[in-house]
Amino acid sequence: MSEKKLSDQSTRSNQPSISIDWSYADAPESTSHVTFSKHYGLFIDGSFTEYNENQSFESINPANGESLYRCTEANESDVDTAVKAARKAFKGTWGATSGTQRSHYLYRIARMLQERAREFAVLESMDGGKPIRESRDIDIPLAAAYFFYYAGWADKLAYAFPGKSPQPLGVCAQIIPWNFPLLMLAWKIAPALACGNTVVLKPAETTSLTALKFCELLQDVGLPDGVVNIITGAAKTGEYLVQHPDIDKIAFTGSTGVGKVIQQSIAERQLPATFELGGKGAFILFDDAALNEAVEGIVNAIFFNQGHVCCAGSRLLVQEGVAEKVIDLLKKRMQHLIVGDPLDKNTDIGAVNSKEQLETIQRYVKTGIQEGATCFECSGSLPTSGYYFPPTILTGVSQSSTVVQEEIFGPVLTIQTFRTTDEAIEKANNTPYGLANGIWTDKGSKIFYVGSKLKSGVVWSNTYNKFDPTSPFGGFKESGKGREGGISGLHAYVKLDHNGGMY
Amino acid sequence: MAKKQTNDDTSQINTMNSIPKTYKNYINGEFPRTESGRYYSVEALDGKHIANVGLSTRKDIRNAVQAARKAQASWANKTAYNRGQIMYRIAEILSGRREQFTNEMVLLGYTKEAAELEINACIELIVYFAGWTDKIDQVFGSVNPVASDHFNFSRQEPAGVVGIISPETPSLLGMLGLLLPNMVAGNSQVIIASKQFPLPSCTFAEVLATSDVPAGTVNIITGLKSELIPPISQHMDVDVLVGDHSLDIELRVMCELESASNMKKVYFWESFISLEELNSSPNETISTCVHSLKDPYHILHVQEVKTTWHPISE
Repeated sequence: MSEKKLSDQSTRSNQPSISIDWSYADAPESTSHVTFSKHYGLFIDGSFTEYNENQSFESINPANGESLYRCTEANESDVDTAVKAARKAFKGTWGATSGTQRSHYLYRIARMLQERAREFAVLESMDGGKPIRESRDIDIPLAAAYFFYYAGWADKLAYAFPGKSPQPLGVCAQIIPWNFPLLMLAWKIAPALACGNTVVLKPAETTSLTALKFCELLQDVGLPDGVVNIITGAAKTGEYLVQHPDIDKIAFTGSTGVGKVIQQSIAERQLPATFELGGKGAFILFDDAALNEAVEGIVNAIFFNQGHVCCAGSRLLVQEGVAEKVIDLLKKRMQHLIVGDPLDKNTDIGAVNSKEQLETIQRYVKTGIQEGATCFECSGSLPTSGYYFPPTILTGVSQSSTVVQEEIFGPVLTIQTFRTTDEAIEKANNTPYGLANGIWTDKGSKIFYVGSKLKSGVVWSNTYNKFDPTSPFGGFKESGKGREGGISGLHAYVKLDHNGGMY
Repeated sequence: MAKKQTNDDTSQINTMNSIPKTYKNYINGEFPRTESGRYYSVEALDGKHIANVGLSTRKDIRNAVQAARKAQASWANKTAYNRGQIMYRIAEILSGRREQFTNEMVLLGYTKEAAELEINACIELIVYFAGWTDKIDQVFGSVNPVASDHFNFSRQEPAGVVGIISPETPSLLGMLGLLLPNMVAGNSQVIIASKQFPLPSCTFAEVLATSDVPAGTVNIITGLKSELIPPISQHMDVDVLVGDHSLDIELRVMCELESASNMKKVYFWESFISLEELNSSPNETISTCVHSLKDPYHILHVQEVKTTWHPISE
């Protein structure tokens, strides 16, 4: 931990020392226009069920560890009611709704989200701990964009599948994670509805709020009852949903471990299923890259959303000749990252989503050090209440290190070096995952060479962590099955003649 | 006396001409016997012994997967044009040997008409898929108009190593129906041959071996599905499993269950056709089968979409 002194050196190197306080003043986002209930029922068949204290659980604001609201833990019979509502809507109103009408509903949802964007952003940050800058500039606008994009497909599906006449699958069971709550909801619901399906969606138990607020919006839009049903709860609720005999498709985003359990549990039914699972993205930095830009890229790759990103660039592979310089630049840059109140507009890194996740991150870093890694953490104080973890890098790791092979899902970057291009490719591909990788070089031909050899669904060259509704996203190998976004994202929600659904 | 001697020689040569063939596995471009040393007997309709075919085991599957993994890049890295030419070459070679295949199929219970129709259908299907190698990206890839200054495109890429569980029938068309989309996709494969009709599969290996297909791209293993499906569905270096709905439901469930170990993609095509259907109305059943197999969406099942982003700036 002696490396923490680096911060002092960086101050010293700033030429004449003038005693100006460069720290930022507080800039909290107002929460005054945001309202939410202290407790929620389940959203089934167009309305909320009655809240029952005996069947409820608490959601904590991770920024301060205080209780935010309570919601209902859906049991087996609740799940059944939700699936029945979705089935009824599929056979009835929604099934009779034309592509044009479906598209109009989806466009309206997109617009309403845009209108209420700030409100949703504040709620997202309060519930999940992500910096308001990210929920405001990325999560919510992108969620709206996904609805807007898929709205346009609803009446053009035949053009997406040359030679086929796509049909909806039916009732889709969708389970989403806590790292991008509303955005993941949009990724799931928008294409499903565009293709004419109905859905039962379960948000993660630590981040149900924006999904529940989204139901208010659906009521305002006048979406027919039962087309979208939101059931809250934890793993048990998810299990009831996956096991329900009357669902036609499963879409799951979450950990690879849970994904495998789901695949096994549906083996006998051979249900169409898409999975968006874990990752261990490599950020391959060649010595000819613009290093200062690349360092910004690294910060965005691993510290975006506290590193709670399945496609995070959590392994830096840096070419040997520039390794020392890059690590030095990165350490200096890290000292300027602000860890703190998610609702402060200057915050770079907010709160870790839950106590449980914080402990996971701490455990991994400990394991890394035990296995021989050298740990460097951002100095600077962390808030005293709530769950926070400083941006951290681990050097001196090897390809077989636990922290190199396993997903940490926190602001922790491992650093390895390489000499040749092929060694970089070999190392990048050498994990069970294959979601995303980054390449940084000034040489265009190298980008295409390396990119074509990387086994991952996304390749970011000279950029990282970019998302767009037109751009397919998803993984090779143990990172999943199927794609979300773009035309590929539609495949997951249609049945094509001859041979059934793609997934 | 001398003349008579010559006649004897001729008759010996004739006997030599009809020696039966030994059917073996096809792994890494070679024809090894199964490691197990076990075999089962394949008989003609009249009960006459035709061949001993290997009862392969886990070890053979492992060797084949290893060969497939090693070969995958060399197949995928060929240009699309070249892969198309090699696949077309397979059709050429098969066309030249159609009599051999027809004979084997008739021995095993096909009517001559059905056998000939099936071989023709196979050749047609190979040519059809050969043409897709340089078109799949054009039809199913995309340039994505993202709302930022990035050039963004998606391509269809190989999934990697594929386990193919051949349907029992149709003997050759069934196997090719599953194999050809994978070859277009750029995958390498380990095929578990039809147990009932292994001869055309084994003979097809000879076609592959003389068609410039890189060694290891296609590997063919004979034996019992109940013995070979567990090791291939458990194998951590297999990316995809494909089969069809004629496979026993227990084995299909096993594929799904075991595949969770490394999140293999598992696809089961609609059922192919039975020998009875084939023999009773060969024209109709074969043409229906070929029609449903001529579907580029089969290629998409066994590929992965890769999306690349690149900034646009001065």
